[in-house]
Amino acid sequence: MSVLAHVGGVVGGGSEAPQHPVTPASASRWRRLMPYLLLLPGGLWLTLFFAVPAVQLVATSLYDPNGSLATGYAMTWSWENYPKALQAYVTHFGRSFLYAGLATVLAVLLGYPLAYAIAQKAGRWKNLLLVCVVAPMFTSFLVRTLAWKTILSDNGWVVGLLRELHVLDADGRLLATPVAVVLGLTYNFLPFMVLPLYANLERLDGRLLEAASDLYATPLRAFTKVTLPLSLPGLVAGTLLFFIPAAGDYINARLLGTPNEYMIGNVIDSAFLVRLDYPQGAALSVLLMVAVLAMVFVYLRRAGTEEVL
Amino acid sequence: MGHRLWRWVADHWVMAIGLLVLGYLFLPVAVVIGLSFNRPSSRLSYDFNEFTLDNWRNPCATSDMCDAVVRSVQISFIATLVATVLGTLMAFALVRHRFRGRSAVNLLIFLPMATPELVMGTSLLALFVAAGVPLGFWTIVIAHVMFCLSFVVVTVKARLSGMDRRLEEAAMDLYANEWQTFRRITLPQVLPGIVAAALLSFSLSFDDFIITNFNSGTTVTFPMYVWGAAQRGIPPQVNVIGTAMFVVAILLVVLSSVRGRRTRVAA
Amino acid sequence: MSNAPAGDLCLANLTKRFGSFTAVDDLSLTIPQGSFFALLGASGCGKTTTLRMVAGLEEPTAGQVLLGDRDITRLRPYQRPVNTVFQSYALFPHLDIFENVAFGLRRRGVRDVAGQVRQMLSLVQLDGFERRRPAQLSGGQQQRVALARALINRPQVLLLDEPLGALDLKLRRQMQIELKRIQTEVGITFVHVTHDQEEAMTMADTVAVMNAGRIEQLGAPAEIYEFPASAFVANFLGQSNLLSAEVTGKSGEDVLVEAYGARFCVPASRARCMQGSVYLGVRPEKVRLAASSDEVPGGHQWVAGVVTDSSYLGVSTQYLVRTSWGIEMSVFAPNSQAGGPLPVGADVVVHWLPEHAFLLARERGKEESPAPARDRVDTAGVVS
Repeated sequence: MSVLAHVGGVVGGGSEAPQHPVTPASASRWRRLMPYLLLLPGGLWLTLFFAVPAVQLVATSLYDPNGSLATGYAMTWSWENYPKALQAYVTHFGRSFLYAGLATVLAVLLGYPLAYAIAQKAGRWKNLLLVCVVAPMFTSFLVRTLAWKTILSDNGWVVGLLRELHVLDADGRLLATPVAVVLGLTYNFLPFMVLPLYANLERLDGRLLEAASDLYATPLRAFTKVTLPLSLPGLVAGTLLFFIPAAGDYINARLLGTPNEYMIGNVIDSAFLVRLDYPQGAALSVLLMVAVLAMVFVYLRRAGTEEVL
Repeated sequence: MGHRLWRWVADHWVMAIGLLVLGYLFLPVAVVIGLSFNRPSSRLSYDFNEFTLDNWRNPCATSDMCDAVVRSVQISFIATLVATVLGTLMAFALVRHRFRGRSAVNLLIFLPMATPELVMGTSLLALFVAAGVPLGFWTIVIAHVMFCLSFVVVTVKARLSGMDRRLEEAAMDLYANEWQTFRRITLPQVLPGIVAAALLSFSLSFDDFIITNFNSGTTVTFPMYVWGAAQRGIPPQVNVIGTAMFVVAILLVVLSSVRGRRTRVAA
Repeated sequence: MSNAPAGDLCLANLTKRFGSFTAVDDLSLTIPQGSFFALLGASGCGKTTTLRMVAGLEEPTAGQVLLGDRDITRLRPYQRPVNTVFQSYALFPHLDIFENVAFGLRRRGVRDVAGQVRQMLSLVQLDGFERRRPAQLSGGQQQRVALARALINRPQVLLLDEPLGALDLKLRRQMQIELKRIQTEVGITFVHVTHDQEEAMTMADTVAVMNAGRIEQLGAPAEIYEFPASAFVANFLGQSNLLSAEVTGKSGEDVLVEAYGARFCVPASRARCMQGSVYLGVRPEKVRLAASSDEVPGGHQWVAGVVTDSSYLGVSTQYLVRTSWGIEMSVFAPNSQAGGPLPVGADVVVHWLPEHAFLLARERGKEESPAPARDRVDTAGVVS
């Protein structure tokens, strides 16, 4: 029996139930070991380069802040790194969650109709439209974000129009303001909101809405009482998949904003790569991770869908 | 007449908004394509200035950029290869075999997809520094394989679990032994999933910035080049690369759907 | 691996357990070589599991599978001279029809397959389809490809797992005739698994009725229909009126029973059980209606009652007649006489030939006769 045949799990037929091995004992031992062998390389990689670094990150956050890359770090269990980092950058944390939160709301407002339209109204154009949703991600993330500098430029038509309509002052700007950063965030992660929503709405049976209509519901009622509740899992998945990367993003803030708009990501970036303050950077990273996890946990409990992802 | 118009609006307003949002999604892409034909008035200007084909004629005018692109392609290629192989093996284990510790494995695969890139990047950096590993090309590859693995597993797993097991039974019923069945039936069936996973992995790796930024040392990939150039002034050729990426990806999608449709059309 | 037809298929004490659930329970069976055999039963009765054990796709917990004098129990599927037509056809989507059909031959190292493939496609009336893909074919066409793919290997036994289930009625009937024709022409043993009793009875030489992992009855279609071995078979095949009764004695060649205070007699040759608690059974189409007891022919058993329901079905009319004991009996009367159906409320006398009745064993305590199923109109117009 060749290795690859065992890889495919082809030995033993298609039954769900425990198999009594046909083949001699040595082959069946081989077969029992096979899944572990298959999982070993990938599992080892993930353990070494995901799980272990996570532990190392926590350890680094507890290093003596007075060390440096040159002189090395001593492990001093400096728990005070945390409150110090938090105090110093609480505004950045707040800003990150604020921008990400605003962007999430915007993304829902923009993404839900799009997902709904593709799922329920698109008919045979469904696949094409889905490709269109994902297609913008084929260009480089950074290059796309830079394009917003052109779109929102002071000399561009968007700003011009807004000045015309007196939404902006005569010398008002969009670039280098929080508005630009939030708009950038909304844009960049929008497909992460649309796709889970689409996956959920696609399974929505149109006949449920017909039944609601038959039972005297107005379209608005049908939406709030039938569509919205049923789309909740997709909404939860979408907002999580959107919020998590958005909160940790710092590219939009850097390219479209000023240091006044900098998010926690920018701080961590400079901590590690500019100021070379590893313990502080690590502490901030851990804080970010914990904050995100906490919010996800609370959100999932409230929304009531445990197995969403 | 007014009523008919009202009905039409009522039926179509959702689609109209949807299309508007789609337009919003494509706007920057259109700008990127447009800018690739632009001769900027100055290095730091982002406005449209003058139409030119020079950028396309000399995409590598700034040699640093093309070096960065080549570097990115090399890294992504190796990372894709490794991630696809490792991830496919894991997917087979998850779908076709019974073993203990399944939930632990699922967690290990799921977590990287849910963790902010910032946290993954900085933790890897912390590890490399603590272990004294020099940062550069290979640390980037390692990082990329790490975050691509999960996506490969999920993609191949989806394809594999949707596969009809009866096909393999039929093959064995028709005198194919286990190896022949795997080679002639299982593998061809899973292949689209593996290819999709590889493409996904490549694009994730090529476009990655955050994790790469923390683990690259002095090596420069294309996204990192753009980031650095944002300070110094962006050469318009950057948009050429952006447009080229887009066009290649679109072509691949079109090609695969044409192939798919051809095998479905009645002879 | 010799493919010359040689030997009966024999299942000996075959058992399959999934954890604590027994799917096939000590099943023993011999299928004569060259016959068309049907395994009939409801979903979950173990018929598919049995088939898979013959194919080698399931490993028996106990027992043996013998082909002629060869024990094939431990052989892998690809080592057995047995082929399967799957319920979902399981055609290989990435191969064209030619390669699908040629698959088995190629795996066995046959070089020149083109001739045989063409011949086989002709047999199933799919000439010219060689280069198409399975996805381009209709359900009926796919089914025929699956058949061709299996038959081309000239197996000693061909297993068919509810192959006609996905087809519409007309196509199904057509295929039933086709399959029977091919089997007669080719002479291979066919084992056909189905839940459709009409299908089994039309096509098979021998039918085995399965229930909960065991065979309830085995025999020719007419045999098991006219003289069921148990209440399950009596109700699974067609419909039966089953009256709860007690054996009171014997009289010459007849068994005497008492049901609900009335006395009946049944020939001993029609009794599965001759003492204790029994069911007195008679099929609805064997029962006639008379206006009064005077009009009942001599020798017939009879019961008086009132018509409580009448369903006109074109070919026949189905009546429900409530007897004085409160039991409803089902009667299928052919609409071959002049005059319309009897109205509800009419007084009638239900009567039957003693030879048409049968006695089955009954569990103590099961007093109620199984209610006649009124909405099984798929067996409409059963004409005796």
